[in-house]
Formats: sequence, C-alpha cells, structure tokens
Amino acid sequence: MSIFLTKDSKVIVQGITGGEGSKHTARMLAAGTNVVGGVNARKAGTTVTHTDASGAEVELPVFGSVSEAIEKTGADVSVAFVPPAFTKDAVVEAIDAEIGLLVIITEGVPVQDSAEFWAYAQSRAAQGKKTRIIGPNCPGIITPGEALAGITPANIAGKGPVGLVSKSGTLTYQMMFELRDFGFSTAIGIGGDPIIGTTHIDALEAFEADPETKAIVMIGEIGGDAEEKAAAYIKENVTKPVVGYVAGFTAPEGKTMGHAGAIVSDGAGTAQGKKEALEAAGVKVGKTPSETAALMREILQSL
Amino acid sequence: MEYQAKELFAKHGVATTLGKVVTTADEAKAAAEEIGGVTVIKAQVKAGGRGKAGGVKIAKTADEAYEHASNILGMDIKGLTVNRVLVTPATPPIEEYYFSFLLDRSNRSYLTIASVEGGVEIEEVAKTNPDAVKQIAVDAGEGVDEAKARAIVNEAGFPAELVEQAVTLIQGLWTVFTEEDATLVEVNPLARLEGDKLEALDGKVSLDDNASEVRHPEHEEFVIHEEADPLEAKAKAKGLNYVKLDGEVGIIGNGAGLVMSTLDVVAYAGEKHGSVKPANFLDIGGGASAQVMADGLDVILGDEQVKSVFVNVFGGITSCDAVANGIKGALELLGDDATKPLVVRLDGNNVDEGRAILDELNHPLVTQVDTMDGAADKAAELANG
Repeated sequence: MSIFLTKDSKVIVQGITGGEGSKHTARMLAAGTNVVGGVNARKAGTTVTHTDASGAEVELPVFGSVSEAIEKTGADVSVAFVPPAFTKDAVVEAIDAEIGLLVIITEGVPVQDSAEFWAYAQSRAAQGKKTRIIGPNCPGIITPGEALAGITPANIAGKGPVGLVSKSGTLTYQMMFELRDFGFSTAIGIGGDPIIGTTHIDALEAFEADPETKAIVMIGEIGGDAEEKAAAYIKENVTKPVVGYVAGFTAPEGKTMGHAGAIVSDGAGTAQGKKEALEAAGVKVGKTPSETAALMREILQSL
Repeated sequence: MEYQAKELFAKHGVATTLGKVVTTADEAKAAAEEIGGVTVIKAQVKAGGRGKAGGVKIAKTADEAYEHASNILGMDIKGLTVNRVLVTPATPPIEEYYFSFLLDRSNRSYLTIASVEGGVEIEEVAKTNPDAVKQIAVDAGEGVDEAKARAIVNEAGFPAELVEQAVTLIQGLWTVFTEEDATLVEVNPLARLEGDKLEALDGKVSLDDNASEVRHPEHEEFVIHEEADPLEAKAKAKGLNYVKLDGEVGIIGNGAGLVMSTLDVVAYAGEKHGSVKPANFLDIGGGASAQVMADGLDVILGDEQVKSVFVNVFGGITSCDAVANGIKGALELLGDDATKPLVVRLDGNNVDEGRAILDELNHPLVTQVDTMDGAADKAAELANG
C-alpha cells in the first residue's frame, strides 16, 4: 500500500513535449511508472518515444486536451510541467476533465492564480467532482518501486515503512537518503508556495490510514501556519509515531528564502514557533536533518 | 512605499492625494510653495511607525518644509535611510478608518480587514477592542463586485453618509489588488476629511514577485535600486537567488529547503567556534553548472565578512560529478580571485565520481567532508581561524 499513487496509476504529462516535461517523462518511465501519454494542444496527434523500465521503447500519444487523454487512456493522474503564465489554465483544464490526482511541478505561479484555481477546485469538489492537487512548486510524489509522479530521483531509497511529507524538494531527497536502509511507503513534496493543494494534514491523514506506513517524517519550513495546524491535527488524530524537522531558524524577518512562501512576517511563521507547536503535540523534532533521521531510526528499530 | 502605493491607487481610481516626491530640502520647499498652504513632509521608507520615529512633520510655510525635509532626509528609521520625502497638502482627518485586502494563506483565499474605529492605531484597537476590527472572507473565485463591496461596507459599519463613497473606493482597491497582482493592499488611515470626503491618506501595497515576473514588467520601476544591498543587487543581476545575512560562513547549496537547513546547521556549529554565523542564503537550484557555481562563488567572495565557504549539495536530479566539475570550473574561472577556504559536502546521485573529481583536483582551498553536520563544523572552524 501507499498513499495517493500506486503501480496501477495511469499517468499523463501536461507539457510532455517541453524540455522539462520530456526529461522527466523519461525518468518517470524508467522508475516503472505507467505513463500512458501526454497533452499539448499544438502537437495533438503526434507521439513521443521514450524507454521504459525494462528497456523497451514506448511510443506515447500526445493529446489535444486532458479530457481526450483520459477518454483514450483511462489516465487518473496528471503531472503538469507548464510555464507559470499558463499553469492556471492547465490546472482548470485538468479539474474540468475530472482527473483524480494533479501534480503541479511548476515554480513561479502567480499566487492569485493559485488562489483562483484552488477556489475552482473547491467549487467542483462541492459538486462531487474531486481532484486532489499536489503543489505547485513541488517535487511531486513517489511510491518507491511502484510509481513516480514528479521529479524526485527514484534511486535514492526503496520501499519501506516510512511515510514522508515535506514542503521542500531537496530536504525530501536528503531525508530519503538518510533513511534509505529503511525505505519509504510514499514520499510527498507538497511545495513551497504560499498557497498549495495537498497539505501536511492531508498527507498525515492518508499515512495514518495506510497500513504499510509505520511511522511518519514531517518536514516544514518558515512561513504560514501549516505546521502549527498539522501539530494540532497530529495531537487529535495521529496514532503513528511522527518525527518532525523545521528549516529556517536563522532566516531574518521579512526576507523570502528561496521558496515564495518561506517568509517570516510580523513575527509570524517562525521556525521556533513551529518547532514548539510540534513538540507540544508530542512530536520529536530534530535540530538538523541528520538528527531527525536518527530520531526516526530509533523509533523504527523499536517497532 | 507610500508614494508608490498612492500612484497605484490613483491609477485605479481610488480617491487619494499624490503630492510630490522629492530627494532634497530645496525641492521640498519648491513643492510646498507649489502646493500652497499647510503641507505634510513624510519620510518615504518601507517601514511602519514613521510618524513615531519623527519622520512625519507638518509645515506651515515653505521654509518650514525646507527645515523639516533637511532633518528627515538622511534620517534612520528602523535601519532604513530616508532618501525621499513626500510633500502633500495637510488634510487633517476628522475620523480615521482602516481597510485592507490581503492574501489569506491559512484559508487559501483572500481576506478583508476593516475597522471604523481608529486607523493608524489599528494594532492597538485589535488588542483592546478586537470586535471593532472586522475580518471578512473574500472568495478568490467570486471576487468583489458592487454587492460584495456593499456587504463589506455594511459589516464594517461605515457611517451612512459615507457608504456610497466607501463602496466605490473599495471596488477601486479590489481592482488594485487583482489588476496589480498584490498580496496586500492596505489603506491606513482611510480618512474622513472635511466635507465628508473619503480618501486614502496613506497606504501600502505588496506585490507578488511571481506575478510581476510573469505579467507585470512595469513593476520593475517600483524597485529602488540604490536601496538594495550591493551584493544582493549583484546576485540578482546574475539571476541568483541570494539573501545577504550578517555572518562569516558563505553558503552555497541546491534547493531552498536544503539551503535554509544549511544556514541553521552552520549556526549550531558556530556555537562551538566563536559564534560564527552564516553569511548568506544562496540557492543555485537544480542545475549547478560551472558558470552558476562561479557566479555564486564570485558574489560570496565579494562579501568582505566571509571567512570560509560551505558548498552543500545533495545530488538529486543534478549528479554530484556535474557539481564537482562546476566547482572545478568555477575555481579555474576565478583563478587568483578565489582566496577563501571552501568546504564541500557532496551526497546523493553519483557521489563517488563527484568526490573523486575533487580529490584529483587536490586544490589547496578545497576540503571535502562527507556529512552535512561535519562539513558545517569544519566550515565554522575555518571561519573562526
């Protein structure tokens, strides 16, 4: 088992013919993902050729729209590599087509576009047409040994009992690397923008329900109140052990630290505040990524 | 800054008085003469509490305007030097209100905050009488039309005689918020002037950098270059994601989260080594080419405070051999300009090949350490030397 993404997931790529889309389509296939096609309205009717995990050549159809791709292939997951100016339209198209899971890799999406497509996704969900959104500005999701929807390197760690949810891509990789001898059920990078789809809480809820996940690592960073909310959620709802890490203790007030959402403003969203909230909820919080991994290691060895 | 916010207000039809922005006391005098009557001289810096800091003064005459401007220009307000003052007609408010539209991260939508009890003292009002500060959700899908603006005005409790003006003004502010892709549009105070005239007397607009990049090239004119840190300006010109901090250990890493984490780990390590601190945030992103690495090192080595540099890379998409070649190429490009010790930690994709390249290079400035914590300790130790 795993969360949100399995070996049965049928994946399409929005922007499959672009540079990033093409490169990562190849990587997703090599990781064993069942990529079934892609979307680019201007190149509809053509195909792209890549190599799958077994080394066999696969010819993937390029469709004119997400709905056509779903109709022809039965796809239930889309990964969007679309420039920021066009991301909102691509997301609305995927929501309209009722894709089950949409992973938005793109960095630099205007935040009002994200607010608008999030509102749209909510209004559609209220009509029973639910699309789970991961991102934007994220590395995506990997269920090691089964499927990859995003850009996480597939060779860092294999299958195992740890569930991982993180705002940051490279800290996801770092933590997978530190705990590669144990392995992961699913690792999900939710993204560093001020407005994102899937939250820490959504992932925690899914990991709690996933029988294969035995313990959870939660990585946060400065900005917003997602970690504080997650802490409150853990206290009430999560029975599995959770270890936390928060980046940005040394970040100065009012400066954006790389991620659009990573900013301490008016004293809110500090790493210290997040750490304290998590600890108050009974979560062990590491001072460094290595110490966090060591805390998780202790827990896994005692299970 | 205030005058820039007011320009955006005026552009979208929000009632305000622009005044004149000047950089010398002579110009302030001329502006006061042109405006006539009593004027206000206001320091223009990106900080609140300008009035309390003595950066806002009333001038009854043009000579007084000259005097106040010469005192305010060059003044330090919350660490910022005042290089400009705004000269506006003095229009004493009869009542002061507060109004803002902002991004509501927590609810992934927008929010209005409005109060008809106190403008500039809003933070005090929020503490002593929180019920007087109304928070009204705005649906990002629906936005603010006339009916919504009217609902906001009613809930905020604007006086009946100001309702129509408030409805118009709020729709104008909503246009500023959406058309300019703002994350905050604040009017404080929103003033009731003589003759029941409603006007944005002071304001603040925060713009979304992503949106400015994608669809507002005109926002570039709001950047005040002389106030940017010179190293930050240099990094920006090279397309690097750099933030200057106050410390001795230069940092280069890949990915925002890992770099933030690196700063923290260096700060902890520094506790054992004379309290040295990280000197900067620098994320070179996924592709660490020789040129990007050289540009990054060049900026960091230009920071006189820096005593050592920590290069912390986890090879994910980028392989470590590419990063090692980037470091090698950067050292070749910089030649004799590279003068400070480099501690390099590589891990992840193709780590053995990457470490072998640096071993073979055997550069006198480069030390390799296998772990992030160990490398941070070494970099801090070298910075304390």
